[in-house]
Amino acid sequence: MKTLFFLMAFPLLPAVLLAAVSAARWRNAIVKMSSVVLAAAAVALGVAHVKGGTSYYAVEGHWVDGALFCGEIGLSLYLLVKGFLSRRYVVPLLVVLQTGLMIYSEFFGGVVSAERDLSVDNLSVIMAMIVGVVGGLISIYSLWYMKDYHAHHPEIPNRTRSFFFVVFVFLAAMFGIVFSNNLRWMYFFWEVTSVCSFWLIGYSQTEEAVQNAFRALKINLLGGLSFALGIVYLAFVHKTVDMSQLLAMGQAAALIPAMFIAFAGLTKSAQMPFSSWLLGAMVAPTPVSALLHSSTMVKAGVYVIIKMAPILQNTAAGFVIALIGGVTFLLASATAVSQNNAKRVLAYSTIANLGLIVACGGVGTFEAVWAAILLVVFHAVAKGLLFLTVGTIEHEIGSRDIEDMHGLITRSPALAIFMLIGIAGMFLAPFGMLISKWVTLKAFIDSNPILAILLAFGSAPTLFFWAKWMGKLLAVPHTPRRTAGQIEPEEWTALLGLAVLTIGACGLFPLIAAEYIEPYTMQLYGHAFSLGYANLAIMGIMLGALILLPLGFFYFPKNLKYEGAYMAGANLPGNLSFQGSLGQPRDMIIRNVYFRAYFNEASLSRLGNWITVLLIVLMFVTAEL
Amino acid sequence: MKIFLITLAYLVLAPVLGGLLAGFDRIVTARMQSRVGPPLFQPFYDVLKLMAKENLAVNHFQNFYILCFLVFMIITGALFFAGGDLLLAIFALTLAGIFLVMGAYSANSPYSIIGAERELILMMAYEPMLLIAAIGLYMATGTFIVHDMIAIHRPLIFQLPGIFLGLVYILTIKFRKSPFDLSTSHHGHQEIVKGLTTEFSGPALAMIEVAHWYENILLLGLVYLFFAWYPPAAVAAVILTYFFEIFIDNTYARTKWHYAVKWSWAVAATLGVGNVATLYFLR
Repeated sequence: MKTLFFLMAFPLLPAVLLAAVSAARWRNAIVKMSSVVLAAAAVALGVAHVKGGTSYYAVEGHWVDGALFCGEIGLSLYLLVKGFLSRRYVVPLLVVLQTGLMIYSEFFGGVVSAERDLSVDNLSVIMAMIVGVVGGLISIYSLWYMKDYHAHHPEIPNRTRSFFFVVFVFLAAMFGIVFSNNLRWMYFFWEVTSVCSFWLIGYSQTEEAVQNAFRALKINLLGGLSFALGIVYLAFVHKTVDMSQLLAMGQAAALIPAMFIAFAGLTKSAQMPFSSWLLGAMVAPTPVSALLHSSTMVKAGVYVIIKMAPILQNTAAGFVIALIGGVTFLLASATAVSQNNAKRVLAYSTIANLGLIVACGGVGTFEAVWAAILLVVFHAVAKGLLFLTVGTIEHEIGSRDIEDMHGLITRSPALAIFMLIGIAGMFLAPFGMLISKWVTLKAFIDSNPILAILLAFGSAPTLFFWAKWMGKLLAVPHTPRRTAGQIEPEEWTALLGLAVLTIGACGLFPLIAAEYIEPYTMQLYGHAFSLGYANLAIMGIMLGALILLPLGFFYFPKNLKYEGAYMAGANLPGNLSFQGSLGQPRDMIIRNVYFRAYFNEASLSRLGNWITVLLIVLMFVTAEL
Repeated sequence: MKIFLITLAYLVLAPVLGGLLAGFDRIVTARMQSRVGPPLFQPFYDVLKLMAKENLAVNHFQNFYILCFLVFMIITGALFFAGGDLLLAIFALTLAGIFLVMGAYSANSPYSIIGAERELILMMAYEPMLLIAAIGLYMATGTFIVHDMIAIHRPLIFQLPGIFLGLVYILTIKFRKSPFDLSTSHHGHQEIVKGLTTEFSGPALAMIEVAHWYENILLLGLVYLFFAWYPPAAVAAVILTYFFEIFIDNTYARTKWHYAVKWSWAVAATLGVGNVATLYFLR
C-alpha cells in the first residue's frame, strides 16, 4: 500500500517544485530524478506483484474523501471560470450537472465512501508500469523538446514551469485511476486527467489550440457526466461505490452502471463519434501527444472498459460496445490511408488500435481480455516511440509531412531506424501488436465472427498505410544529404529507451503474459489463455531471424555494379532528372499515393459518427432491457 | 520426426515443383495462344542464366531486402507445411511481401516505386479475403493449426464453398495473373515497364523468381487444405485451380487498381462473409 500511495502522491512533489523553480538546470535535475524514481517505483511494484492476486486497502479516516471532495469543487470552479471567460457555456453546464450530481449523492445518497478505497491487481500493475516507465521517458524527452520548442516559437508565451507541473499532476492522476477501487476516487482522478489534458492541449494558446482544448474538454466532460451518473446510480440503487462490489454483484444488476462507466471510457479512449478530440489534440507540443496517446489519458479510457469486461461478457450491450470498437478500428484505419501528416497518421492509428482494445473489452471473454491487455502494453511503447521520433524528425527536417521523410534512412539513419522499429512494432510479425491481433481474432471468432470480419477488413488498410510510410523512409535517394541537427542526450535516452522496450516487450511477452495477464484472467474467469509452446518456438525463430537481418546492412556485396534508376532511357547525367517529352530536363520526383477520393476523411468520419451514435443509443437501450 | 521430414521435403521439393509449375504454365499459356511454347524446364534455365549474369543495382541495400523476401517466404512455407499455425503463416507471408515492396522502394526509381505501391494496393485488396479464409477454416475445424485441420478428415469444401471461391478469386492476385498483374508485368515494354522488379537484375531477379515458386506451392497448399480428406481429389483440385488461373490470365486484360480493390473486397464481403455467416448460424 505504501508503494501505491507513493506512486499517487510522489509526483506532486516534483510538480510543485517544478512550478516553483525557473532555472533550467534545476528543472532538468528534478525531472530526470523524479522520472527515474517513478519508473523504478512502478517496476518495483510490478516485480513485487508477480503472479499476485488482488489486494485491497482501506484508507483510515475520511480526511482523504474530504480532500478529494474539495479538490473536485476546486476543479469545477476552475472550469466554470474558464468556460464563462471564453463564452463556451456548454462547459459550465456540464460541470454544474456532474458536480451537482456528485454533491447530491454526497449529501443524500447515504454512501460516501467505499470500504476499500485502493486496490492493486495484475492489470493495474501493468498499467502502473506503463505510466511510470513510458510516462517517465516522455517527461525526460520533454525537457529538451520544450526548450527547442520555445526557441523555434518565440511568439508563444513560455509556460514551461506550469507545463511540467501539469505533466506530473497528470501522471499522479493516472496512478490514481489505476489504483482506485473507490469509484468516487477514480472519478476525481478521471476529472483531473480531463483538466490536465485540456491545459496541455491549449498550451500554445493560439486560437486553434484553445478551440481544440475546449473540444477535448467538452467531450471528456460528457464522459465525466456519464461516469457521475453511473456512480450516482450505484450509490442510490445498490448502496455502494466500490468497484469490486460492482464487479461481484452479477451481470444483470451491474450492467446499467457499467454502461455509464463504459460510455465514459469510450469518450476518453476517443472512439467514434468522440474521436475528434484526440485528432485536435495534435496542436499541442509533441510530447503531449505522446503522453496522451501512449501512457496516459486514452489508456485510462480503455482501462475502465477492460475492467468492466466481465460484466459485458456475453451481453447484448457488451456486443454493441465491441461493435463500436470494431467500426472505429475499420474506419480509422481506412482514414489513415489518406493522411500525409505524420502525427495525423499516428493519431488515426491510435484511434484504430484503441478500437480494437475496446472491441476486446466489449467481447469480455478471457481470451479477449488477454488480448486487450497485451494490446495496451505493445501499443503504449510503440506509439510512444513513434510520436517522440516524429517530434525529433520534425525538428531535424523542419516538417512532419511524410513526403518530406523520403530517404530518411540515408539522411538520419538513427531516427529512421527508431521510426522503423516503431512502425514494425505496430503491424509486422513477429512484433507484439500482431501477436495480440492473432489472439484477438481467435477471441472474436469464438464470440461473434462479425467482429472478426471487421478486423479482417480493417487490417488491410493498416498494412497499406504503414508499409507505404516505411517505404518512404527506406528509399535511398541518389544524393544523400545528412540532416544538420544533432540528437540531444535527453532525446537519445527517451528514443532508445522506448525502442528497447518495443523490441524487449516482444521478446518478453510470454513472461508478461505468464506472470501478469494469465493470473489476472485466471482470477476473474477461472480460465487463462496461454499460447501453445509450438507457437512460442515459431515466434522465437522469427524474432531471431529479424534480429539477424539487420546485420545485412553491414554486408556489402562484391561484384555489384551500380546503375542509375531506370527512367525510360531518358536519364540525364546524374540520374536525378530525365528528358521530358518536349526535350526539357525534368526532375525525378517520387510521391506516395493517398487515395483521398476513396478514403475520404470527411465522409468516413461522417459515416463513422452516424453508425456509432446509433450504436451508442442501442447500447443503452439493450442495457435497459 | 515426420514433421521434420515433411518440412525438409518442402524446402527441397517446393522450388522443383514450383519451377515445373511455371514451365507447365508457360506451355499451357502458349497453347492457349496457339504457340508451341518453351520446354518444360525453361524456368530453371532462366534462373540459372540469371544467376550467372552481372549484378546490377541502383544501391547496395536493395538486394538485401530481396534476400529477406526469399528467406521469409521459405519460413512461411515451412510454417505451413510443418502443420503449424495458419494465421501465423499468413502473417509471415505478409512480412515476406513487405520485404519485396521495401526492396522496390529502396531502389528509389519511378517505375519500381509505382510497382511497389501497386503491390501494396494488391495486398490491401487480398488481405481481407485471406483472413476471412482463415476465419472460415477456424470455424469449420475449431483450430488454426494446419496439422489438426487435416487430421479432421472432413471435406471442408462442402462447409466452405463460398470461402473457397473467394480464395480462388484472390489467388489470381497472388499468382500475379491478369487481370490483377498490376505491380509487375510479364513484358518490359508495358506502361509500368516491369514495375516492382524494374531495378532488379541477375542474381536478385533469380531470387525473386525462386521465392515466387515457393510462394505458389504454398498457395496451392492452401487450396489442398479444402480437399485434404481425399488426397487424389485434392491433387486434382490443385491442378484444376491452377489451370483455371492460367485460363483467366489468358482471357482477361489487366484492370485498373480500383477494380482490383473493389472487386476483391466485394467478393470477400459477399462470398466470404456469407459463408462465415452461414457457418455461424448453423453452429
